[in-house]
Amino acid sequence: MTDPSHFVEIRHAQKSFGALEVLKDISLTVERGQIVGIIGSSGSGKSTLLRAINDLDPLTGGEVWLDGVQVNQKLSHRKYEKHINQMRQQVGMVFQHFNLFPHMTARENVTMAPLMLKGISKEEANTLAKEQLDKVGMLERIDYYPSQLSGGQKQRVAIARALAMKPKLMLFDEATSALDPELVEEVNLVMRKLAEEHMTMIIVTHEMDFAASVCDRVLFMDQGVVVEEGPPDVLFRNPTQPRTREFLRKHLEGAK
Amino acid sequence: MGLGFTIIPKYLDVILLGCAWTIGITLAAAILSFIGGILFAVIALYAPWLIRQPFRLIEWLFMGTPLLLQLFLIYFGLVQIGIDLPAFVAGIIGLGLHFAVYNSELIQTAILSVDKGQMEAARTLGLSRTEALRKVVVPQAVRAVIPPIGNNMIALLKDSALVSVIGVSELTLSAQRVIGRTYRPFEFYLMAAACYYVINLAMEWLQRKIERRISISR
Ligand SMILES: Nc1ncnc2c1ncn2[C@@H]1O[C@H](COP(=O)(O)OP(=O)(O)OP(=O)(O)O)[C@@H](O)[C@H]1O
Ligand SMILES: [Mg+2]
Repeated sequence: MTDPSHFVEIRHAQKSFGALEVLKDISLTVERGQIVGIIGSSGSGKSTLLRAINDLDPLTGGEVWLDGVQVNQKLSHRKYEKHINQMRQQVGMVFQHFNLFPHMTARENVTMAPLMLKGISKEEANTLAKEQLDKVGMLERIDYYPSQLSGGQKQRVAIARALAMKPKLMLFDEATSALDPELVEEVNLVMRKLAEEHMTMIIVTHEMDFAASVCDRVLFMDQGVVVEEGPPDVLFRNPTQPRTREFLRKHLEGAK
Repeated sequence: MGLGFTIIPKYLDVILLGCAWTIGITLAAAILSFIGGILFAVIALYAPWLIRQPFRLIEWLFMGTPLLLQLFLIYFGLVQIGIDLPAFVAGIIGLGLHFAVYNSELIQTAILSVDKGQMEAARTLGLSRTEALRKVVVPQAVRAVIPPIGNNMIALLKDSALVSVIGVSELTLSAQRVIGRTYRPFEFYLMAAACYYVINLAMEWLQRKIERRISISR
């Protein structure tokens, strides 16, 4: 088997939940520093695809490669656990509902994994927490618990938590969908900042304007397949597929 | 013979010593039941089938039989296979394991009701399942069941009187011994009751303190 030359490569991804086929032969590549958006209606398989990349939802067929290493390779259970934990350390993930650890402060949320997995000292962890929380504008709330933060603030801490592992790739699954409208921009701002730093990102989103302004490429998914993909100005302005046009039209009406 | 509480000071040292034993045994058994409860819960939910079986036996034994019998079994029964425990140690183990099983039930339910996004977030960062349980899931589950565990610990305090049957001079047995000498059951049983009441209050205070301490962190 040859190593793919792409930074992220998904080959013929197939996923079924029982009889329900959710991903149907999807192939996708992402280069280092690229930002790829995934749009599509509810249930089209966006989250499943994203979660297959760090094997949170293991594929039932196909391969995922990251930086020359196959993520979902066949190994004995014990070896696989070691391998996948290693891979996941390199991939940051941000969830719709934040999933911050409620019994830990912002600082502890950020430093827990690096302390456990990277063998850094308490002081190094402290510096790391300050650095990462400063980056997302949450330094002042470093000793707050999640319950004491707004949704937007929670999500920014969650991003800092992911960044503290120094990932090569960031996955965002509708990072702003659970937020009140007035809190969306503060999270988008952080993501834009990451884009400026050339972080490789795959972003599942319902926000077309944001996707259009930040992504190098956008994929439209429907019923488990990638219907159309291209640069945002092409995909959003001149979609070639009827299904894409339909989706965008409905979305525009919904937004009004 | 009327009531005469003036006799109490003469035997106060015996009663207080009994009190100390009760507090000591209750505390030690409570700690054992807490740690054991977490351990049993994690084993029941996540250990492989073969490892779960002996623990199911323990669970059945401690839930399905009288505590009295469990204490006899540990104190008198184990001697036969060469395990000769001091009575108070046998008492702590018996009480501790008995309530560990009850705590385990509570903790299991709590673990299952921790949002599964918590485990996912921890795994996404690269933690193994065991690490994620230890750092993320179990601490949250335990926090959620502090109040009912507190109730179990009050029950434990009351049941600690049972260790008198294997000869530990805890509060109830001490009171009994004093009564044997003074023929003043009313005074000394009341005295013992007052002691239990005070210990009870102290435990409730401790529980509130623990709760307040960790509820900030939710
Ligand atoms: N664990 C699961 N078990 C069974 N079916 C599942 C599971 N997870 C997802 N599905 C199904 O897979 C399909 C795709 O789900 P997915 O979450 O990937 O969609 P999505 O595009 O992210 O949708 P949304 O925009 O609502 O988040 C849906 O029909 C969903 O019901
Ligand atoms: Mg989704």
